[in-house]
Amino acid sequence: MGKIEWAMWANEQALAAGLILLTGGIVGVAGLFRGWEFAAYSIAAGVFVCLLEYPRGKKNKGTSVERTGQYCFTVCVKAFGPLTRNYYVRAFIHAAIAVPAGFMLATVLGCVCLGIASLIYLGAAIRGEQWEPILPRTETRKAVGESIKQPPQNPPPRPPAEMRRKRAEDLEGAAYDNPIKVTANEE
Amino acid sequence: MGNMIINHGLTSFILVVWMSINIILFVWFYFFYDLGDQFYYTRHLLGSALAWARAPAAVLNFNCLLILLPVCRNLLSLIRGSFMCCGRTMRKQLDKNISFHKLVAYMIGLMTAVHTIAHLLNVEWYNNSRRGMYDTLSTALSDLPDGYNTTYLNPIRNIDVNAQQNPTYFAMTSLAGITGVIITLCLILIITSSMEVIRRSYFEVFWYTHHLFVIFFICLVIHGAGRIVRSQKNLVQHNYTLCKDRTEDWGKVAECPYPQFAGSPPGTWMWVIGPMFLYLCERILRFIRYTQTVKYRKIVIRPSKVLELQLVKAGFKMEVGQYVFLNCPAISHLEWHPFTMTSAPEEDFFSVHIRSVGDWTQKLISMVEELPEGTQGPRMGVDGPFGTASEDVFDYEVSMLVGAGIGVTPFASILKSIWYKFKDSDPKLRTRKIYFYWLCRETHAFEWFADLLQVLEKEMEERGMGDFLTYKLFLTGWDQSHTDHVMVRFDEDTDVVTGLKQKTNYGRPNWEKEFEQVRKENPSSTVGTFLCGPAVLAKVLAKKCAKYSDVDPRKTRFYFNKENF
Repeated sequence: MGKIEWAMWANEQALAAGLILLTGGIVGVAGLFRGWEFAAYSIAAGVFVCLLEYPRGKKNKGTSVERTGQYCFTVCVKAFGPLTRNYYVRAFIHAAIAVPAGFMLATVLGCVCLGIASLIYLGAAIRGEQWEPILPRTETRKAVGESIKQPPQNPPPRPPAEMRRKRAEDLEGAAYDNPIKVTANEE
Repeated sequence: MGNMIINHGLTSFILVVWMSINIILFVWFYFFYDLGDQFYYTRHLLGSALAWARAPAAVLNFNCLLILLPVCRNLLSLIRGSFMCCGRTMRKQLDKNISFHKLVAYMIGLMTAVHTIAHLLNVEWYNNSRRGMYDTLSTALSDLPDGYNTTYLNPIRNIDVNAQQNPTYFAMTSLAGITGVIITLCLILIITSSMEVIRRSYFEVFWYTHHLFVIFFICLVIHGAGRIVRSQKNLVQHNYTLCKDRTEDWGKVAECPYPQFAGSPPGTWMWVIGPMFLYLCERILRFIRYTQTVKYRKIVIRPSKVLELQLVKAGFKMEVGQYVFLNCPAISHLEWHPFTMTSAPEEDFFSVHIRSVGDWTQKLISMVEELPEGTQGPRMGVDGPFGTASEDVFDYEVSMLVGAGIGVTPFASILKSIWYKFKDSDPKLRTRKIYFYWLCRETHAFEWFADLLQVLEKEMEERGMGDFLTYKLFLTGWDQSHTDHVMVRFDEDTDVVTGLKQKTNYGRPNWEKEFEQVRKENPSSTVGTFLCGPAVLAKVLAKKCAKYSDVDPRKTRFYFNKENF
């Protein structure tokens, strides 16, 4: 159990909680339930949580898999610096957001789920995890070994293109393979 | 096209049957609740949300029945064994058990959402009815208490609570409400911890959280015990068409006594008790298997931290390409991990090659490294063997076997078995020639397989059967240092990387060339192509098989077998 990054699970749980808050909120508002204002809040809270949690963080070990189209969200979330990087802050934010949703049955499930996510984030924060953005790797040229000489500046001397072209009469003797069959020009 | 039908026909058929049952259940119960006379008054309070809640409930019953079955692997093995006569396509369906389990889980998730939303509406409307916000009939119906000569319809009885909190209060104080919340929470936690990201990298989180299903099923069975979905029981005495507009006369006139309501007995247990029992048997069987003695015949630490365990267990019979689950109580009591077997059935032991990829495997390898020579390893439980045996491999005159990366492991078993059968002239073996293609990024962790090939190579040369096996290794992850190394040693007899006679190729194979070569060397044979590797490669090979197959049955024909080892 030593190498589990709890934040990864907290992220899935929080994203699910956001969707549940959103759904519960929509039901509450559409049905004009008693306390529908809490449902309206829940819609906003759900959207906020989804936006915050959509970009997956980078795993410490192993390859991190991005969610589809998460790059723009990564950039936005990254812009808040320590507020989004630190999981204590996230745990606190989620706990705070969850509270008003508990005042109505339609959204109470979202509240509990977000509360659980908040607890898992707290656990992750205690273990020192942080949110690292997944950014496209900048292509670094590997330092070429000493044995590779400078690439040549000029092409090697060759006979002109006319002579190099593969001739239909002499397919076997040609220096290269064609993916499509060579046929002589009709004209 | 024919290949597609053979490969996918039965799966599609099963899915169509499953989906049809779901749809039939949904529609049947929807109309049962939406049109039934006994629910007329209930519908007056709830509208069609009643039917929208009960229809998914029926689908949920069916799917909760199904979800436990695909994970009873010993039961599946039993079925597979008794289907030995009935064609491989049937048995191959049993290999897709986890995919089916996931599909059923998605359906459970979806139906839970519909069911919950419908009940949210129901509770809200029951609450409003109870507080007299709707018409006279609704108020009269909701007022009916559980009393001397009345039975309640509206389950919300206590309205001394804050009006907005009443729904939550009701949910938390009724059996259906509490169990519903617990079930849904368990389901959500199970689903979030089963996402691929979590499952692949942090298996323990997935595995232990998944055991919440025990709580799920217990609460599911008692979820309906409160009987709060109620129907009218005295339709004959109290005709609603006559009496619905005469609420003030109820109980006072002969033709309109009080309408009597009762809920139906909970039905979920009837659906799930069977699979729950089967699953219990499955776990007991796994426990029994775990207590059976497993002795170590040999323990070898291979290069690149690969551990080879040769084990002996009484009454253990395997086929090629199958896998076992191993459990080591010294590392973890509850974890069972699958490993493909690398030994042939002809041998009197079974072996697995274990790579260090996670917590469990690492601990096992370090434990074994510290053992003194010749002693038995840590106590091990073995469950299995599982998986559809790949006997088709022996049926083709010419076989093209393609193993990519870790997919090469079942081929160790297959190649060894083919070699044993060939040596003993086993009539079951029709193979005369094998082309083996081994693709990997680097041979790290597979040196043991190269050793196996070397041994086979030597034995074949000794018997003058050098042509039996042609193998090619493709290293797809080469770099400059590789090429330098190769350049220096290129005129040596054996390959620099593997020590094998056949030289290593770099980069991906040119399948056109390979198929051409096979076709040229076998102008009139049926060639079976077997792959254990990524799905992209499967598509490529399937296309090439179609392309290079001749319509003329006297000429070469390629059959692609998409194996799921």
